[in-house]
Amino acid sequence: MARTTSVSPAKADSPEAGELVATASGRYHVLTRYDRRVLMAMVGIPLFLDILLIWWPTFTSLYYSLTNWDGVGDITSQNFVGLKNYQFLLSGGYFQFWPAVEHNFIWLAWLTFVATPLGIFFAVLLDRDIRGTRFYQSVFYLPVVLSLVVVGFIWELQFAPTEGFINNAFGLVKTGRIIDWLGNPHINLFAVLVAASWRHVGYMMVIYLAGLKSVDPTLREAAKVDGANEVQTFFRVVFPVMAPINTVIVVLTAIESLRAFDLAFIINQGKNGLELLSILITNNSISESTRVGFGSAIAVILLVISLGPIVAFLSQAMKVSRS
Amino acid sequence: MSITGALTRSAATGTAVIARRRLRPARVILHAFLIAMALLWIFPLFWAVYSSFRPIGDTVVHGYVSLPSGGLNLDNYKAFWTGADLPYFYANTLVIVVPSVILILLLASMVAFACTQFSWRFNLTVLMIFTAGNLLPPQVIIVPLYHLYLSTPIPSISELDIGRFAFPFFSDNNLLYDQYIGIMLIHVVFQTGFAAFVLSNYMKTISREITESAIIDGAHVLRICWNIVLPLCRPALAAMATLLFTFIYNDFFWALILLKTGDKRPITSALNNLQGEFFSNNNLIAAGALLAAVPPILVYIFLQKQFIAGLTLGSTKG
Repeated sequence: MARTTSVSPAKADSPEAGELVATASGRYHVLTRYDRRVLMAMVGIPLFLDILLIWWPTFTSLYYSLTNWDGVGDITSQNFVGLKNYQFLLSGGYFQFWPAVEHNFIWLAWLTFVATPLGIFFAVLLDRDIRGTRFYQSVFYLPVVLSLVVVGFIWELQFAPTEGFINNAFGLVKTGRIIDWLGNPHINLFAVLVAASWRHVGYMMVIYLAGLKSVDPTLREAAKVDGANEVQTFFRVVFPVMAPINTVIVVLTAIESLRAFDLAFIINQGKNGLELLSILITNNSISESTRVGFGSAIAVILLVISLGPIVAFLSQAMKVSRS
Repeated sequence: MSITGALTRSAATGTAVIARRRLRPARVILHAFLIAMALLWIFPLFWAVYSSFRPIGDTVVHGYVSLPSGGLNLDNYKAFWTGADLPYFYANTLVIVVPSVILILLLASMVAFACTQFSWRFNLTVLMIFTAGNLLPPQVIIVPLYHLYLSTPIPSISELDIGRFAFPFFSDNNLLYDQYIGIMLIHVVFQTGFAAFVLSNYMKTISREITESAIIDGAHVLRICWNIVLPLCRPALAAMATLLFTFIYNDFFWALILLKTGDKRPITSALNNLQGEFFSNNNLIAAGALLAAVPPILVYIFLQKQFIAGLTLGSTKG
């Protein structure tokens, strides 16, 4: 049936016949004007709020980043400095910038190549009917429900220099060879990453397990009949059909790494080896700090990096909803 | 490959038993590995629980890694509960989380309903705007948002006084900044993006014919949404409510930036303030962290199914 046909049997039956709306599938809705207004409000109110509080600030960050505004008074034409903030950042004029970029990338690499694969590995092991699989799953997923504040506190109990478990358990306190896990700028990032992984691994495991459950079991049986062992079955059969989930997992990992803020802030306010882009933004532009324009330039750089995973996620979602 | 392949290929006959017996050592290694990892995973939490029950005097004398000679008790919990005025911060959390979750579910289900049950030109685009907004790092929008909160006038109307708690309905400083209403607003808007995405994935699986025939029968869209489509989404709504409760309860960043005074902060971010001033030793820190973790742990125990469903709905069907 052609989509533009205006005559439909539904029209005559409907008591409040309004306009006909053709759907993509070629069916027709009879929506009264009232209904259409209600629908518009249902989408319009949340959309207005979303644009006002999420998208307007996003573009305003871009605008602020071209100024040297200090957060007081109005922005005048004298505040515009063009791309100076970016030049200053990229040329290394702000000594914390490149270390923060490096830390964000180490965070990303660690989660991508250590924590996420471990979560996938747990999921693959626990997806089979082995004894106690529910128990193991519950244990690995427990940290996922906890706040990062609580996670940070719990790991401070392990890593603290004189009172922490690790240094005491290995006798480093008694012998005076204390390792300052959270204070030494060469190792504290990795100590924090251990804490972050404690939560991330379980998160990835849960998502991957759900994906594995949706794999057609006959695929595995067929692979088995063809003589593939479990490792081959996973890498040659299961992993490829899991492509959509693999994308989601990679994207979620990337977004988590770019958002990283809480743990580093709780340990030492993101200083001394724990600088992250997210923390530099707030340190420069919020409350007593007055370099609003400068901090916004860092926000824009973080935004540009984030666009990669965001676009990947959206195109994946589009693909699924089209099929 | 060839040897194992040959074995499994002949497994249809009696050699299946042999094959299984040959796998035994692998099973033992597997379980040993899983038990080791499980112990490693549970240990940090176990250690926090153990520390929290130990009197500080005992640890000072015997060291942190030692058996409890002075006995275990709840003194650290008592000290933290009263000393840090914990009931007050729990109340703050409650005031922020409960209305936020209800509002998010309401707004998100409206969006999901209108975008999945009807075809119009921009329905996918609208969903993408919501989803992308939720994927942004919050720090990208925080600077303009902070200044927006500082410059938006909000009327102060009245407050709700319960004992020593005073909850202003709108604002007690005529701003959005440092107000319950402000922190709720950003939670609601930010998480509506996520919830709309997840709920629309769920609603897509509901046949449109239900809505279409209801419309032909003369029902209004609001009635269809409320009486027909939303009841069908009950499992997804329960999962989202559980997940959103945990997300907002666990929030640190928004409360840190958008609430200035300690007395409006929810428990999770208040905990960090107490780090310097109140926590004099690790045993007290442990008790504090665990008390703040009680509601999410209750979710873990009683609503595990809903929580996991919420996490996976957003990824596996999206």
